[in-house]
Amino acid sequence: MSIRVGEAAEAPSFAVASKELLKNDQLRRNVRNATGIIRGKRANVVGETPDWQQLRDAGHAIKEHTLRHLGDYLARFEENCIRAGGKVHWARDADEANAISIELIHRYTPDGKRAEVIKVKSMTTDEIGMNKALVTAGITPYETDLADLIVQLGDDKPSHIVVPALHRNRMEIRELFMRTMKLDELGTSPEDIAGAARVYLREKFLRVPIAISGANFAVAETGSVCVVESEGNGRMCVSLPRVLISVVGIEKIIPTFQDLEVFLQLLSRSATGERMNPYNSIWTGVVPGDGPREFHVILLDNGRTKVLADSASSETLDCIRCGACLNACPVYRQTGGHAYGSIYAGPIGAILTPQLQSMEHSTSLPYASSLCGACYEVCPVKINIPEILIHLREKIVDGQDHHGGMGTDFAEKAGMKVAAWAMSDAANLSTVRAAGRLAQIPFARNGVIHSLPGMLGQWTNTRDMPAIPAESFRQWWARRRQNVVPGGTK
Amino acid sequence: MISDSTARADILLKIRLAAGSHSDALETEYAALPRTYRQQGTSDRAAVLTMFTNRLRDYDAGVYRCNAAEIAETVAAAMDARGKTSLLRTGKLPQEWLPAKFRFFASDVRNANPSRDDLAWFAEVDQSEGVITGCFAAVAFTGTIILRHEDGNGSRALTLIPDYHLCVVLADQIVETVPEGLARLKGFETMPITTISGPSATADIEMTRVKGVHGPRFLDVIIVG
Amino acid sequence: MILYEANGPTISTVSARNGRLFARCVAIHWSLRISLFITCYNDVLFPKTGQAVVTVLERLGHTVEFRPTQTCCGQMHYNSGYHMDALPLMEKFLEDFHDAEVICIPSASCVSTIRDHYPVMAEKSGSKDLIRQVNEILPRVFEFSELLIDKLGVEDTGAYFPHVVTLHCSCHSLRSLGVGDKPERLLRNVKGLTFVPLEDYDQCCGFGGTFAVKNAEVSSAMAADKVKCILNTKAEVCAALDNSCLMQIGGTLGRDHAVTCTMHLAEILASTQSANGGTLA
Ligand code: SF4
Repeated sequence: MSIRVGEAAEAPSFAVASKELLKNDQLRRNVRNATGIIRGKRANVVGETPDWQQLRDAGHAIKEHTLRHLGDYLARFEENCIRAGGKVHWARDADEANAISIELIHRYTPDGKRAEVIKVKSMTTDEIGMNKALVTAGITPYETDLADLIVQLGDDKPSHIVVPALHRNRMEIRELFMRTMKLDELGTSPEDIAGAARVYLREKFLRVPIAISGANFAVAETGSVCVVESEGNGRMCVSLPRVLISVVGIEKIIPTFQDLEVFLQLLSRSATGERMNPYNSIWTGVVPGDGPREFHVILLDNGRTKVLADSASSETLDCIRCGACLNACPVYRQTGGHAYGSIYAGPIGAILTPQLQSMEHSTSLPYASSLCGACYEVCPVKINIPEILIHLREKIVDGQDHHGGMGTDFAEKAGMKVAAWAMSDAANLSTVRAAGRLAQIPFARNGVIHSLPGMLGQWTNTRDMPAIPAESFRQWWARRRQNVVPGGTK
Repeated sequence: MISDSTARADILLKIRLAAGSHSDALETEYAALPRTYRQQGTSDRAAVLTMFTNRLRDYDAGVYRCNAAEIAETVAAAMDARGKTSLLRTGKLPQEWLPAKFRFFASDVRNANPSRDDLAWFAEVDQSEGVITGCFAAVAFTGTIILRHEDGNGSRALTLIPDYHLCVVLADQIVETVPEGLARLKGFETMPITTISGPSATADIEMTRVKGVHGPRFLDVIIVG
Repeated sequence: MILYEANGPTISTVSARNGRLFARCVAIHWSLRISLFITCYNDVLFPKTGQAVVTVLERLGHTVEFRPTQTCCGQMHYNSGYHMDALPLMEKFLEDFHDAEVICIPSASCVSTIRDHYPVMAEKSGSKDLIRQVNEILPRVFEFSELLIDKLGVEDTGAYFPHVVTLHCSCHSLRSLGVGDKPERLLRNVKGLTFVPLEDYDQCCGFGGTFAVKNAEVSSAMAADKVKCILNTKAEVCAALDNSCLMQIGGTLGRDHAVTCTMHLAEILASTQSANGGTLA
């Protein structure tokens, strides 16, 4: 088995990676600026939707219902997709999905031609590291989403699940395009830059015979697949090539066509702050005379059944990858997406990556949050991300993950034990307080502590700390009781 | 051997172990899901048409209003405004929509000529000045046009490759809400469907909305009625 | 709205909720016996807040009790994943306050632990008894500003504080408790006080418990943003419902040698012309 989430297993911890990223002012400005704009747009279009909360309730309920009956709905999808002329494959993990794709691509590449594919933005194919696998197999993948193209040409990593290149500004992109597309001239407006991508990719759309897509939704009732996008690259990929291969996470199933009325509304407003994203393509199997002649679906597990097995956090699989939680997250807005070491960044990344791959590779992610709850507030399918973060912290502390006790560090454990003892009894608390009063003597000046050793030094590096005052509340209360008539007012 | 036949059984088994099996309750449970969101609009016709018009304008689409007798005239006006002399059209587009002073080429799908090479046809469509189609339904609340790819709506390639799309929307095709729009597709769900909300766009560069990347960069809509 | 308890009748302004109508009326009610859960960190680090709560509630004619066996709600252990250590603290809280009529907690995040996480913990423990105890205690738990406005119907506490004040809306008070504009209403009713709204008021200050040391750099960057907004208001005081946030904000302000200081809302409401003449903390 090789469950893989991009290269997240090899990534440094969040604390280490974020420390570096915080020094990159340009990147932080870009992230701040971009997330600020999407947040504003989202707030506007959510505000004008009178039934937003009801849509969220429905979205959450439909997703939870689907997960409870996932096996049945997958079987329905498979049956209906096959009936409509599609072919369905099942992949347990990243390697299996890549192997199936590679074999299909080789099969359908005309003899003597170079093996090439055009790709629609897909988190799932990023998750399984498909591009790398394709290149190793001698196949050239062309990313066609503008942001993905920017990431691919720049040999960069995506930093956001909806706008993967939001860490790059216009001038950086312009410079990259001029270099990689070998252009002598290129204007500086976003229109000019998008125009260069149009020319660069059009030739590929009209020529390359095989496309790879993900799916936003797969409808069990009809066997239909839905791809949501803005630029038209998705439409190009799912309708022009002779062969289309869609890699679909098993959690992308929704029961009926009617359910799209909920999710299409939730997704576009949450993701880009549009009332509806410019294009949705919905297709079912193969249609004679229109679109691909061969359609393959690869249903991917890659850790999802493991997530499903823990009822305390399985609602993670409700996610429709809108990215709203990233834009709302004050931690993400400081560091950008690369700190999360995974193609899944931000709050959803902090809960999804550790659950998909084995936890020991991502013990720092559940702590990459102040638990402020902004993610939960905006999530269109009402995933209680803070509660799941806490649940994952518990798993880490208990070393419950069956891959073995990674645990937390010793100092923290010891501190928590002392605190637990202190809080178990008011007398203990007073003892620990008194000890603290003594211990702070070398550090406290005028009621303020400017520097502390050890773990607490992490606090005092940038912030003052109040010293423990001479009298605690309960001491004051006891003193006052002696001086004041009981129960009376002063 | 392409996919390991044990993978399917394996995954379904793991799902059963993880989620349990409750197939008995499936239909009743589904029927009981909360759907308290708006399934029907409440605005009157005039307000719906105005809302649709405003949404399209927000998306930077060109919008024309006319009555049924003025379609050809309005098509001509739209084409003049864009400097077009000819457009591709689908075979089943009503002849009376097309003004005589311009040229319209029926350019339909492989149906017409199954042996024809796609790539040559794509190249031809790519050289065109644009395409004119009808639509299947439209949603005012989101400014969305729904194409069901057959007949007068054109094939997927035909409505995608050209840089200009002129779409004729009849007033009775316009509903207020998304649920009403998708409900119109009942019975046709398995046909290729595209929904279009404004011209193609991207905000990938500094979140600045840029009109037009790969899909038609210019969209004009004629609302009839 | 009929309130009970036995310290004799008092006259006060009550906002009664009747269907959709909000009516403000003068009502006669009995003063309440309010049990103060001071919380562990307020007890040790911020005793002034507790003193202020006592002052305000007594000024409004209520009786405050303090149960000396109390310690901690278990928030730090729970949020950090030490659930085996948090559970006995929940049990202790339930026992310490099982017969308290009204529990006042001047810390929104602790209230949120009790309201949002105690049910989860009880459920997970599988103990029917714990689930029942949690369900029974929840309606009696109030954050300080909730207590004033929802339970006591008081917006004007008779305070006097002639200073420019801004308000940081802590994440727990805003998103978990949903206190909305309650703290702001209380502040706006303080005589002499000039209220200035805070830009990005709903943004997290970056405290987050152990987050502040585990991811100290990110936490400090968040605090820096918050402090920038606070300094932009030119306020003399930044108030909040949580001293944990104020420790983060105040610690950053202090390091920057800013003149703006931090005060818990209760400390502002406790200030009157006669008491301390509204001097700064
Ligand atoms: S967790 Fe919720 S908000 Fe975050 S990406 Fe998924 S659906 Fe969107």
